[in-house]
This record gives sequence, C-alpha cells and structure tokens, in this order.
Amino acid sequence: MKILVPVKRVLDYNLKPRVKADGSGVDLANVKLSMNPFDEIAVEEAIRLKEKGVATEIVAVSIGEAKSQETLRTALAMGADRAILVTHDGVAEPLAVAKLLKAIVDEEQPGLVILGKQAIDDDSNQTGQMLAALLGWAQGTFASKVEVEGETVNVTREVDGGLETVALKLPAIVTTDLRLNEPRYASLPNIMKAKSKPLAQKTPADYGVDMTPRIETLNVSEPPKRQAGIKVGSVDELVDKLKALGVA
Amino acid sequence: MKTLVLVEHDNATLKDATLPVVTAAAKLGEVHLLVAGKGCAAVAEQATKIAGVGKVHLADDAALEHQLPENIAPLIVDLMGHHDAFLAPATTTGKNIAPRVAALLDVMQLSDIISVDGPDTFTRPIYAGNAIAQVKTSDTKLVITVRGTAFEKAASEGGSASVEAVSGASDAGSARFVSAEVAASERPELTSAKIIVSGGRGVGSGENYKALIEPLADKLGAAVGASRAAVDAGFVPNDYQVGQTGKIVAPEVYVAVGISGAIQHLAGMKDSKTIIAINKDEDAPIFQVADIGLVGDLFQIVPELTSKL
Repeated sequence: MKILVPVKRVLDYNLKPRVKADGSGVDLANVKLSMNPFDEIAVEEAIRLKEKGVATEIVAVSIGEAKSQETLRTALAMGADRAILVTHDGVAEPLAVAKLLKAIVDEEQPGLVILGKQAIDDDSNQTGQMLAALLGWAQGTFASKVEVEGETVNVTREVDGGLETVALKLPAIVTTDLRLNEPRYASLPNIMKAKSKPLAQKTPADYGVDMTPRIETLNVSEPPKRQAGIKVGSVDELVDKLKALGVA
Repeated sequence: MKTLVLVEHDNATLKDATLPVVTAAAKLGEVHLLVAGKGCAAVAEQATKIAGVGKVHLADDAALEHQLPENIAPLIVDLMGHHDAFLAPATTTGKNIAPRVAALLDVMQLSDIISVDGPDTFTRPIYAGNAIAQVKTSDTKLVITVRGTAFEKAASEGGSASVEAVSGASDAGSARFVSAEVAASERPELTSAKIIVSGGRGVGSGENYKALIEPLADKLGAAVGASRAAVDAGFVPNDYQVGQTGKIVAPEVYVAVGISGAIQHLAGMKDSKTIIAINKDEDAPIFQVADIGLVGDLFQIVPELTSKL
C-alpha cells in the first residue's frame, strides 16, 4: 500500500508570531519556517506503517512557495521515498489544497492519506475532512492510534469526551493528533541521502485547479494584551483573594 | 438569511455547546436547528425551547447515531438547498463534520469565528490566537464553526419552535463506529465550567495530580484541566487538555498549577476572567498573563490552599 503524506511549511512552532504593522498579516520574512508539527507526526506514522510492512511506499506532497522543497527534503530525510512539490506563491486555502490533493490521489492511488489535523498558522483544521469529502472516502480525524487490518483501518480519535474508535474502509483519510507518535529526528546520513531522492515539481495548472482565494483577509491585528497582575506572598493572601472573587 | 445550526448532543441530552452557536447564527438571520441522531426526539424537544429558534429539523436514523461525518454531511448538504449558512460548534464533532459539508458545497469554511461583523465578514483567531484576522468571504453559501467562549449562550428556555422530520439519511457504508471511552465525571464539564483548576508538568505524576489537583478542584466546585505536557506525560487523559489544539476555555477563574505557560496553552485559556498561577519559577511566562500569582512549591502550597478553603 502506498501512503500519501501532505506537509506544510509554517512559522516554527517555537517562535512567537509578529503581526505586521500595516495589518496585512504575520511577518514571515527572515524567520525560521519548519514543517507543521502535526505533519511531522503524519510523516512518522507513515514511516512506522512502512516499517511494520503495511506500507510499501511513502509519497510526501507540499503545496506552497519554492522553499517548501526544504520541508519535503525533511520528510524524505525522515524516511519518505519521494516527493511532489506543487509550487504556488500566495494564499493556498484548504479547499484549493484539498482539490490539488484529490488530483494527486487520482494519479497516485494511495491506500491511505495521512495529514496533520491542522496547520499551526491558520488553525483551519479542514484539509483532511475536505479531501475525504471530495474523494468520497471515510475519515478518521484527530487520531491517537492507527491500525491497518486487511481492508480496514481502525482509528482511535481524541474527542471532547475522551476517545472514540472508528473502523474505516480503505482507502481512507487519517488526520493526526498530538499523541499519535513522537516524530524521529533525521540522521545526518539520511539527510544526505534525502538530497538524491526524487522530487517532482508541479504547478496547480498541471492539475487544473483554480487557486483563487474565496476568503479575503481584511486585517490582521494583535489580540488584546493581558496585563500581568499582582503576586501574593502566601497561601493566606491567596485565600483572601479567592474569597474576594466569591469563589471560596 | 436562513441559517442551519448543528445541535451537539448524545442522543438523549442537548449539549450546552449548541447555545453560543445559536447566538452567532441569530446575528446572520433566521435560525433553524438540525438534530441528527438515533432515538433523539427528546433532544429535538429540548431544541424547540431554545430562544430565537424558528424550526428544528429532526433526522432520526440508525446511520446517524454516532455523528459519523460520512453519513451526516450528505444530509446537511441536502438541507443547505434551502438554507444560506451552516454553523457548527468548534467542538471535535463540529470540526469533524463542517469541512466535509463545506467541500461538498464547494465553499471555503470559516473556522472558529469569534465575532460576526457582517453577513460575509467575520473575525477569527490565527496562530494560536497570537493574531486576530478579520476575513470576508465571497462564497454565497456559508459554512462556519463557532468558538463557544466568544458568544453568549442563547437561553435554553422560552422558545417554541416546531419540529420537522427529515428523511433520506443513509449509511455510506465506509465508516463504522466501534467503541467510545468516555470518562464519567461528577465534576463540571471543562468547556462550560465557571472555575477550572489545571495541572501541568510541574505536578509530576498522575498520582500527584489525583492527590493535589483534584481535591483543590472539588473544594472549589471546579472542573479539572491540564496542559499538553501533563497529558503527554500520561498524568491525565487527552480530554483534559486545554490549549491551541485541545479545549478552549474561558471560565470566571482559571487556576494554573505547575504550568509554565507555553503559547499553545495560553491560547486555550487566556480569555479567562481571572487567572491564578502557582509556579515555583518566578520567570515562568504564565505570570505574564496571571492576575494573581504565587511563587513557590506547589507540593506545599496546594495542600495548604485546599485545607484553608
């Protein structure tokens, strides 16, 4: 079985976003950009399925500016076999990305597509579900456990009330949650090897997908800032404060 | 504008998560609700009483019992033939279903809105709430998920909507519910609690969490939460997690114990009215957002606090 893993290049999760003074967005110039953490988990899960003998080939895909190649090289260094970069400058909305991925799925015919549940830049949490809809496939979102058994994948999902397990007919879509696995670091030899793994370059036009955004961002601003309050010196003082708040 | 709101429920009881979505929908126009489930007539009955609701669509079918998006989304798409906007709570159920509906309608979803600024204009947090975007959609049908803490709850009594049965649900056959592990708790639910006590990595273990955090929460009548670090370390189950990718909460009082305050955690609780932080590291970022801070060893402070309340 082939597994397709879409990955997105985003502001590194350790960095605090800076809103641009003109309100046009978040400043991404001269800052570290990395693979979306949920996508790293997706790549790792695909590799583990390959190591278990369930998957035979892992294809990583990214849609974004030319530098997304670096993100794909990271996926290849972790253990993906080849990569597809669909170069697009500017906004790529989840719906357009899902349409591109559908076209790639039609070509590649994977048995499983594993995606991050959300990208930590726009926090949309949409692409996997949208891709599942466009393909008419079942979806196992927010996965904390993935088990392939024959023609079925059992996905344990992190839901508001606890955990839920669903059995999905393959081919299917899985989106990853935080506790599915701990992604590995690529070793230096693997980073070197990744440089010679195949990486195909495409454009949205190759797949006939219109990337025109449906949503216009009018303004991006800083959230209201909380002011640091006071420090109390003892538990007794804290008890008094809680009593003043009417909660004790 | 005619709106359709997805009711969150467990086939027996309507969940509070529905109520802020009704408020958001009412800002757009007429509010219709959809109760989709199995044996859920009682939920529809509760839904008719929500203030401001015009009609309740009830789809009662075995294929809808577990809110599988494969089965529910086509039903919603049909109903969207005569509605202009679909709104769901930004819960794991809403987030699972709404994008599937959006793609089938060829609409770009607006995720996790925190205000309705016009018929096509909304505000939503991005980058874990470190930036706030005002966005305008050009789609003629709207698909929206709503952040519950950002809107007042609609009154759950006072309405008198009619119920209309919806037929045509079917099992897509691609997905099957297997099991659920739902933690039963006597404590208030995290997302609607007035007071929350959360523990972080500093708590050290699941035993310590039980011995320290839970008695304090019970003394305060509070819900219990946790940071990602505490969940990852296995101190508590995943449904305790507060943060960018866990639950978004905004209680009257949030007590953070042994939580350093990573931006991903702050994203989930910084709209709390009063934040209280207990941490041994006086430079911990949590103190930059806390209204009341106490620097010290939580293993001494928390038991003393619990005994003095």
